[in-house]
Amino acid sequence: MLETMGKVEEIIALNDNDKERLIQILLELQKEFRWLSREVLERVGKKLDVPINHIYSLVTFYSHFSLVPKGRHVMSVCVGTACHVRGAERLLDSVASAVKCKPGCTTSDEKFSLDTVNCLGACALGPVMVADGEYMSNPTPDEISRKVESCE
Amino acid sequence: MSEVAIRINTPEELESLRDKVISARDPDATVVSVCTGPGCLAYKSHLVAENIEAELEKHGLADKVRVSRTGCHGFCERGPSVVILPRQTCYLRVKPEDAEEIVKTTLVEGGVVERLLYEGSDGVKIELEQEIPFYKHQDKVVFGVNKYIDPMQMDDYLAGGGYRALAKALTKMTPKEVTEEVTKSGLRGRGGAGFPTGRKWDATSRVEADQRYVIVNADEGDPGAYMDRGILEGNPHSVIEGLMIAGYAVGSTEGYIYVRQEYPLAIDHVLYAIDVLRGMGLLGENILGSGFDFDIKVHKGAGAFVSGESSALMSAIEGRVGEPRPKYIRTSVSGLRGKPSSLNNVETMANVPLIIDRGADWYAAMGTEGSKGTKIFSLVGKVLNTGLVEVPMGTTLKQIVFDIGGGMRGGKKFKGVQTGGPSGGVIPEAQLDLPVDFDQLASAGSMMGSGGMIIMDEDTCMVDVARYFLDFLADESCGKCVPCREGIRQLVVVLKRITAGEGREGDIALVEDIAEMMKDSALCGLGQSAPNPVLSTLKYFRDEYIAHIEEERCPAGVCKPLIAYWIDPDKCIGCQKCAKECPVDAISGEKKEPHTIDMEKCTKCDTCFRVCPTKVQAVTKITRAEAEKLGAPRQVEEAGA
Ligand SMILES: Cc1cc2nc3c(=O)[nH]c(=O)nc-3n(C[C@H](O)[C@H](O)[C@H](O)COP(=O)(O)O)c2cc1C
Ligand code: FES
Ligand code: FES
Repeated sequence: MLETMGKVEEIIALNDNDKERLIQILLELQKEFRWLSREVLERVGKKLDVPINHIYSLVTFYSHFSLVPKGRHVMSVCVGTACHVRGAERLLDSVASAVKCKPGCTTSDEKFSLDTVNCLGACALGPVMVADGEYMSNPTPDEISRKVESCE
Repeated sequence: MSEVAIRINTPEELESLRDKVISARDPDATVVSVCTGPGCLAYKSHLVAENIEAELEKHGLADKVRVSRTGCHGFCERGPSVVILPRQTCYLRVKPEDAEEIVKTTLVEGGVVERLLYEGSDGVKIELEQEIPFYKHQDKVVFGVNKYIDPMQMDDYLAGGGYRALAKALTKMTPKEVTEEVTKSGLRGRGGAGFPTGRKWDATSRVEADQRYVIVNADEGDPGAYMDRGILEGNPHSVIEGLMIAGYAVGSTEGYIYVRQEYPLAIDHVLYAIDVLRGMGLLGENILGSGFDFDIKVHKGAGAFVSGESSALMSAIEGRVGEPRPKYIRTSVSGLRGKPSSLNNVETMANVPLIIDRGADWYAAMGTEGSKGTKIFSLVGKVLNTGLVEVPMGTTLKQIVFDIGGGMRGGKKFKGVQTGGPSGGVIPEAQLDLPVDFDQLASAGSMMGSGGMIIMDEDTCMVDVARYFLDFLADESCGKCVPCREGIRQLVVVLKRITAGEGREGDIALVEDIAEMMKDSALCGLGQSAPNPVLSTLKYFRDEYIAHIEEERCPAGVCKPLIAYWIDPDKCIGCQKCAKECPVDAISGEKKEPHTIDMEKCTKCDTCFRVCPTKVQAVTKITRAEAEKLGAPRQVEEAGA
């Protein structure tokens, strides 16, 4: 906890304690911890003298922030238009059943998170997903289960 | 990294630096341009570059041949793309293990690696990039330089004439003259609405204030478009130079670049470029001795489509929730921090240095009466050649889809093209001869938008496409105004009903009513244009809606509740491929005997349909009515799904 708060203070200081940079600070905290805990957000509020409800309005508005811990393995399925017309929904269903969790959720053992994203800039490969950083172009259910099984 | 670290105090010093950079480079020297744009990186093009460097080292060519890691070349479909300059030999689908052969055959022996060349559907191979049909029909004024530029090398941008336009603007033109030149060029904003850029700058500069702001919109929210990413990632200096010229024209000393956090590479490249510029004194005080002070900050967007709207984007930069506000007062009067602010799209900005450098007349000679210059499109979907393409305004859809895009994949039939993203519409086959510009697209019921062009074939369901966009917008509406929040929600309810085969009589009229209401009363562009996809598909593909509602049939075979999978016993050869791949074990049958699908178990994942050998095609999509005749249970969409 102490360590966490030290990091929070460090990130705020690097942003010159500037209230206007609140979203930038939250992005850096999200990157650091992969989620934003109540304690972290309260500390940010206190340091920057911003009411906690204001901070919550931000973190619930923007899709990138997570208020629960993310899984150790992140599966991102592109649901951009180009991928949609090439069958992204089907791919999403397959991945959801392979990791046993719904889009936008994390498994209870915090092993997997399943996210949807809009356009990965790889439309030519569509439908495309990124499994732990590895791009997969139109994988079969079989390939998906193999990938999922290979995750520790 | 050989970066220029000297301070540049005058235009003369800039020119002499440029001369030094150019003369240090042999124009005939070989450069291997390896695309490290998003599509190619996904296929490990960074390893291609690494391996080529290692092979060059082995052959003692490391000093003679330079490997340049560039942004997107355009032809992402066939990436990784490697172009050998100056000859322009173009290798496609290059794998890291191809490096050895490329270096040996081409760079050592001067030959060509035939198997990596472009091969057309007629089997003819083409060596030179500019002769490949995908590139041949383009006019890459803005985007063409990407392959010459390593975004982490200031030298590359300078060698191509970089910051010459800035020097010209700062020292030979007044701010007013700069604005007038841009107005005269006819440049219209590439971010969606097509507002004349010069007029926007003029309005901003006229407001009395102690500070004004200029901002680049790199939020690129259209899901399925990545032109802005291609420019910013590949050629960040072009956008920065445009922003600086804008700053000078409107009388601003502080610029912002708002980039979505999903583009980390673009952010890195921009931050690096800014650092280099500060080191050279090209950002900061008294730039090029002209008395003009300017600096740039980067703001990362945290993922909200609506934050790409101008007033919302400015709120977000202030650290507040990025929601639009009513515009009785324009942002050009009261924008960021209440000061006059001018916001422009990435591509708009990248056009500016070209206009100042080569003149408004040169620019205005390209394009149509009302839309000048070129436009970059993200040509994606069911088309054969997907990628980023740049054509003069006024090029017809047919030229883009067929000459450049090569037509449909798998010999399918073209059905329509979606432009303008969630705010746009679908244009049908009958209008393929439409010249693409701001006004023509609008009159066809769509819009230019930022440049997404999603090609659809006979297997695309237009009702599903409309539902898709509304679903997207339902998530993205900020909820501040009722017409948008509730209107989109109701449209989604009705469209989901239709795609589930539960559509009712009167649903089409209901959709049209809600749509009209939203157009007239929503607060910002998101809500006002949200009905466009459904209205345009209703206009051109009404019969598909009717088939869903009256016949419970999805003509394209997309809407899951309305289709079932069935194996034609007369065609099935019993190869067992589908049975092996089926994730729910719904397929049974003996080897070499016809197989059957248990429709109760089947989740309609489409796997069997895709793995059934193309020569056999025994797996067939049938309609709900046909399935019920065969005894399948009626599937009802999960409530709230
Ligand atoms: C909901 C919504 C989202 C938008 N998203 C973007 C975007 O991602 N990128 C962009 O350049 N413009 C976007 N725009 C348009 C901007 O409001 C603005 O018109 C544009 O950035 C101005 O630049 P331009 O004149 O160079 O086109 C959006 C507009 C709306 C209503
Ligand atoms: S839409 Fe999926 S990568 Fe572009
Ligand atoms: S990403 Fe390499 S060609 Fe587009």
